[in-house]
Amino acid sequence: MSVDAKKTLVTPIFDDNPIALQILGICSALAVTSSLQTTFVMCLALTAVCAFSNLFVSMVRNHVPSSIRIIVQMIIIASLVIVVDQILKAVAYEISKQLSVFVGLIITNCIVMGRAEAYAMKNPPWPSFLDGVGNGLGYSVVLLAVGFFRELFGAGKLFGVEILALANDGGWYIPNGMMLLPPSAFFLIGFFIWVLRARKTDQVETEEFKISRNSTLREAL
Amino acid sequence: MASQDSIGKTLTVALLLCIVCSVIVSGAAVSLRPMQEANKDQDKKKNILLAAGLYQESLTVDEQFAAIKTKMVDLSTGLFVDGEDVNSFDQRKAAKDPSRSRVLTDDEDVANISRRENHALVYIVESEGRMDKMILPIHGYGLWSTLYGFVALESDLNTVAGLGFYDHGETPGLGGEVDNPRWKAIWPGKKVYRDGDVALALLKGAVNPSSPNIDYQVDGLSGATLTGKGVSNLLAFWLGKDGFQTFLSNYKAGEA
Repeated sequence: MSVDAKKTLVTPIFDDNPIALQILGICSALAVTSSLQTTFVMCLALTAVCAFSNLFVSMVRNHVPSSIRIIVQMIIIASLVIVVDQILKAVAYEISKQLSVFVGLIITNCIVMGRAEAYAMKNPPWPSFLDGVGNGLGYSVVLLAVGFFRELFGAGKLFGVEILALANDGGWYIPNGMMLLPPSAFFLIGFFIWVLRARKTDQVETEEFKISRNSTLREAL
Repeated sequence: MASQDSIGKTLTVALLLCIVCSVIVSGAAVSLRPMQEANKDQDKKKNILLAAGLYQESLTVDEQFAAIKTKMVDLSTGLFVDGEDVNSFDQRKAAKDPSRSRVLTDDEDVANISRRENHALVYIVESEGRMDKMILPIHGYGLWSTLYGFVALESDLNTVAGLGFYDHGETPGLGGEVDNPRWKAIWPGKKVYRDGDVALALLKGAVNPSSPNIDYQVDGLSGATLTGKGVSNLLAFWLGKDGFQTFLSNYKAGEA
């Protein structure tokens, strides 16, 4: 693999992470991360959709009239999502039931559409494919990290296997119910972004404007 | 490249793309249909077993289902119907077929299902030649969708042995919590009938442990008041006189 190809694949994982830096695809990151198993399947599904939509969009990019390019991208993405959903229903029925609408909602995931428009429309098929895989992996890293903490502290389990002995089964760990609720994913993603930007300070955005200090009581009077 | 944006080119690209995509999508849907149907069938059987509290991880669903007798019941007369093929009977289709269902009046239609099938399947779990549990299919409207599930009754036909839904489209995390195992674990032991009427219902909030009605009340799901109402209503309908009540009293009297 050439240096360029490797860069396309690896950069989105930490340096240009779709969730942490581009702040895309947050919605499903909140919804599916309460257990690692569903998280893992969701990551696979999104990576596959993102990679192949980039590939196909890139293959037809020179023939697409710019007036309908967004619709063309949507059709390709929607078709892929339906195919993935059908495959999941056939081979992993239990998990597809748990993921319910969220597989279908990959269509609206900003990462897929964002990469198709920003990268695949301007680059040849192979790098586009790698970019799709890379962004899928970047999404997966964040989701798996969030899913790891949520399942471990929310249910005392990882991939459904008990790690921390639960208090109501005679163990010592009292599960934190908030971890299983969507807001906890916000906190965890917040921590993830904080840690990432503390290490890679170039990701910190410059302030667009400065908030002036509050007026004092004397000034207000 | 001027022709790139011409109307002809735009239409051609759109048309070609749609054809290719529709072939791929329908190809996937058609070729995977048999596997999906098999999964659905297994899932339904598993839910019947789960509702009855019989499901064991170690055995296959088909092995466990061998102990269950499937019978068809005429809901109006409350008698068994013999001579029909229970395996090919699709109750959900029957409920939509005008020749095999009847329209419910507004008063009757507490579960909001508008039509009720004439015949229904019941699943009888036997042990040592006697009826041990009776599993009944139930459905009704929640907030967004029709919930399909099963309720299992103990041999006295008044005590709930379990409840479970296998198909619904309620909001995940709110109404979708009807699938939560901890919530489903509250149901066994609850009573259905008081003085001949269905008294079993969900409350809004938790059940007061000192309430005299505790046997007839189940904790509501937070954030899912309307789904909970739907569950109460569909139980009232299917265990009531337009549902299985006639059959259950016949069966108890040995006349079914």
